Amino acid sequence: MSTATIAPQTLTAKDFATDQEVRWCPGCGDYSILKQVQTIMPGLGIPKENIVIVSGIGCSSRFPYYMNTYGMHSIHGRATAIASGLKAVRPELSVWVVTGDGDGLSIGGNHTIHLLRRNFDINVMLFNNQIYGLTKGQYSPTSEENKVTKSTPFGSIDHPFNPLALALGADATFIARSMDRDPKHLQELLKRSHAHKGASFLEIYQNCNIFNDGAFEIFTEKGSKPEEALFVEQGQPLVFGAQKNKGIRLDGLKPVVVELGTDYTADDCWVHDEKDFYKAQILTRMFDDPRIEGHMPRPFGVFYQAFRPTYEDQLNFQVEDALTRKGAGDLDKLLAGKETWTIK
Amino acid sequence: MSNISVQQIENVVIKFAGDSGDGMQLTGTQFSNNTALVGNDLSTFPDFPAEIRAPQGTLAGVSGFQLHFSSNRIFTPGDACDVLVAMNAAALKANLKSLKKGGIIIANTDGFDSKNLRLANYPDGINPLEDGSLAAYQLHTMDVTKMTREALKDINLGMKEKDRAKNMFVLGFLYWLYDRSLESSENFLNEKFSKKPEILESNLKALHAGYNFGDTVEAFSTRYKVEKARMEPGTYRSITGNTALAYGLIAASQKANLPLFLGTYPITPASDILHELSKYKNFGIRTFQAEDEIAGITSAIGASYGGHMGVTTTSGPGMALKGEAMGLAVMLEIPLLIVNIQRGGPSTGLPTKTEQSDLLQAYYGRNGECPMPVISAATPSDCFESIFEAFRISVAHMTPVIYLSDGYIANGAEPWRFPKSADLPAIPVKFKKGLEEGEEQFLPYHRDENLVRPWAVPGTPGLEHRIGGLEKQNITGNVSYDPENHQLMVRIRQEKVDKIADHIPLQKIELGPEKGKVLVLGWGSTYGAIKSAVLELLAEGHEVAHAHIRYLRPFPKNLAEILHSYDKVLIPEINNGQLIRIIREQFLIDAQGYNKIMGVPITKGELVVKIKEMLQA
Repeated sequence: MSTATIAPQTLTAKDFATDQEVRWCPGCGDYSILKQVQTIMPGLGIPKENIVIVSGIGCSSRFPYYMNTYGMHSIHGRATAIASGLKAVRPELSVWVVTGDGDGLSIGGNHTIHLLRRNFDINVMLFNNQIYGLTKGQYSPTSEENKVTKSTPFGSIDHPFNPLALALGADATFIARSMDRDPKHLQELLKRSHAHKGASFLEIYQNCNIFNDGAFEIFTEKGSKPEEALFVEQGQPLVFGAQKNKGIRLDGLKPVVVELGTDYTADDCWVHDEKDFYKAQILTRMFDDPRIEGHMPRPFGVFYQAFRPTYEDQLNFQVEDALTRKGAGDLDKLLAGKETWTIK
Repeated sequence: MSNISVQQIENVVIKFAGDSGDGMQLTGTQFSNNTALVGNDLSTFPDFPAEIRAPQGTLAGVSGFQLHFSSNRIFTPGDACDVLVAMNAAALKANLKSLKKGGIIIANTDGFDSKNLRLANYPDGINPLEDGSLAAYQLHTMDVTKMTREALKDINLGMKEKDRAKNMFVLGFLYWLYDRSLESSENFLNEKFSKKPEILESNLKALHAGYNFGDTVEAFSTRYKVEKARMEPGTYRSITGNTALAYGLIAASQKANLPLFLGTYPITPASDILHELSKYKNFGIRTFQAEDEIAGITSAIGASYGGHMGVTTTSGPGMALKGEAMGLAVMLEIPLLIVNIQRGGPSTGLPTKTEQSDLLQAYYGRNGECPMPVISAATPSDCFESIFEAFRISVAHMTPVIYLSDGYIANGAEPWRFPKSADLPAIPVKFKKGLEEGEEQFLPYHRDENLVRPWAVPGTPGLEHRIGGLEKQNITGNVSYDPENHQLMVRIRQEKVDKIADHIPLQKIELGPEKGKVLVLGWGSTYGAIKSAVLELLAEGHEVAHAHIRYLRPFPKNLAEILHSYDKVLIPEINNGQLIRIIREQFLIDAQGYNKIMGVPITKGELVVKIKEMLQA
């Protein structure tokens, strides 16, 4: 019988690919995300068999089939709940959830927020393409207002979710945003998600080139990216622009864009601190519709990180503690209970 | 005192009835435990409103606890009561119809003041305790409130708190009436209120005051004694269905050496299983109160996938929500227990009342061709063995199993000759440990002779694989949309469940001849009523038999033969006819139904009438 672990340090990205043909539409943003995940996996130092990827339903949820680890392609919206049960009993496994804006925020929204508040040490990757792809083009809970889709011929009247504000509201302990079109940034954030002990919520802007092409291009494409995407880094001032000539200052609790040069320098800008819960709230609320004149740039990076005990550690501590205090359960004693009588 | 005699009787049915805040469930439970210790056979039926505190004094707020105890073997809480304890006018009004003519009424006069009479909808100026309308019964009145207050006058507690001890006064009086020791309840109170000395003292004082009241006043000239029942030798305890079920899960987990994970959402009448299991962490049990019913089952699926035994507990409305996830478990072919403590439906229905109306849901209530084994409990103590069986089958056959109990079984109590751990069979569990010699690639849907696939859990090197809810290619488990393959897989999944019939006991005849005129075929909580009715008819010389099905899907292999051995088959159910449809469909016999859908159990008496009708027709 072969039961040997392959030493993690000898693994390469190829070892994480399966023999299954990848069936996303050509040009889909999911390809890049898959590639970045396969690329960072060897460096995590985890034996392949200890990695589990759980997904729900939707285009992104095909992900586990393409990862040569353990994986489950489950049912719509429930990946987070399945992963919670798995992590509760097998805390040593590295558990990743792949979900989308429909799967994780609409049908499975409830499980997402509860996973976050419980702080299971699970890495949730939310592929946000602001559209329902697998069902061929209805608006999603992150679609912008007025969006015309198959199910909203007169424009959507749904107000969209702000996923990171929602995650923060649910007291997630790691909140971050990245994009399919920036492999380096995405790899970095995937590694940070993994490194975080606790629930991590990583929103990944992902282009659906069939039903919602270009939804994020203002943030991802060369021409507009420097002016529209604000990359936050721990300890660094919030500076953006092709010439690094713009910054964000806090005017009271209100973030404002300032020109750097004569009146202000980078030293006057808001310095990013991932540990600052209040500032994280402001950062998640920098969520202007980019179609509106005078909108703020959209932040990317790790917004917030905090530490509190994970659910599985506390659950398993209670079990260990009960064993220590009471000793292993005595079935005969349990069945007899406190009061018995004998008939001869 | 000297004039009071003690009379031996065989059988008593008492109903404790009061406002839902009067502590009648506690009083009933205490009296039942005491009865158990005396060695009587017993059966209980708690019956309470869905509202935690319905408007005080109203008919809607009446909470009852029926107890049947006997020096003979008994199988039901009794059709009609010998004694009715009525704490207020509403309790009397709601329960008088279930009291035998000539039966004893013990009424708390304080609960019959003008306000209580009005709330119970008695016409102005009418008090049933005074107008002679109860002449057909033995009426005993006592002012429980006044006497409890008097007994507690030296205790430094508010009037409201003192009045809470009223039920202990009544309990004490009944202990006197049935010649009992107070010890079991004293022990209970000492433990329960060990940190509240004043509450403890008030309860103990009220208990003794009630007992002494019986001893000193000469209202009752007779005390009653029910001798020990002639039961099989052994050591017994009293147990409710939900507790037995929780213990069965713990025992199976120990015997399988497979840690248990319960993912569940609170719902009446299943929540007590969660309460019970959450206490036993030192048995390696993990309980998870999920955010909803769906997370309850899906977290359990996650745990089973991880190599623990996933269990979810619920009732009808929750079952409806879990349907899709059950389908996933059928596709994944992993062990999982789905426990449904049935209640009145549809929708929210009658949350605290009993019904057997989820059998068809268990059989068919999922999308697609989705076969799952179904196993049921017959009595409170039977929950232990039957859930143990469900666990065994689930693990041995890598399949989710639906387990059906109901509110009547869940909350009812009876004596249980509990097993010794050493006498319980081991449950073998086989995890796939890695690739075998010569095995190049892991094939997650490669099956053994029982069509069972291997259980390969994350963390096992060399077995990395993907599973999910999409149709699988036979053997490899890869996603497949091939038409032939789908038909093949649908049939394999069905055959796999059908094959379980080779691994369960044959159906036995509970009572009566192996061939004859009428077979009464039951499942679930009708067990006691059918057994009692058939016993009575057999004693009268009728040709009638009783068979009770535990394994509802697949059925035991000899069921067809049994069904064809009788001229007629009667299927009593607390639903609108569910098992009967399945039996008719599968065995093409003209079974007759007896259906009662009132949220209460079928009684022995009504079954006797029905069976006689069939015998004579």
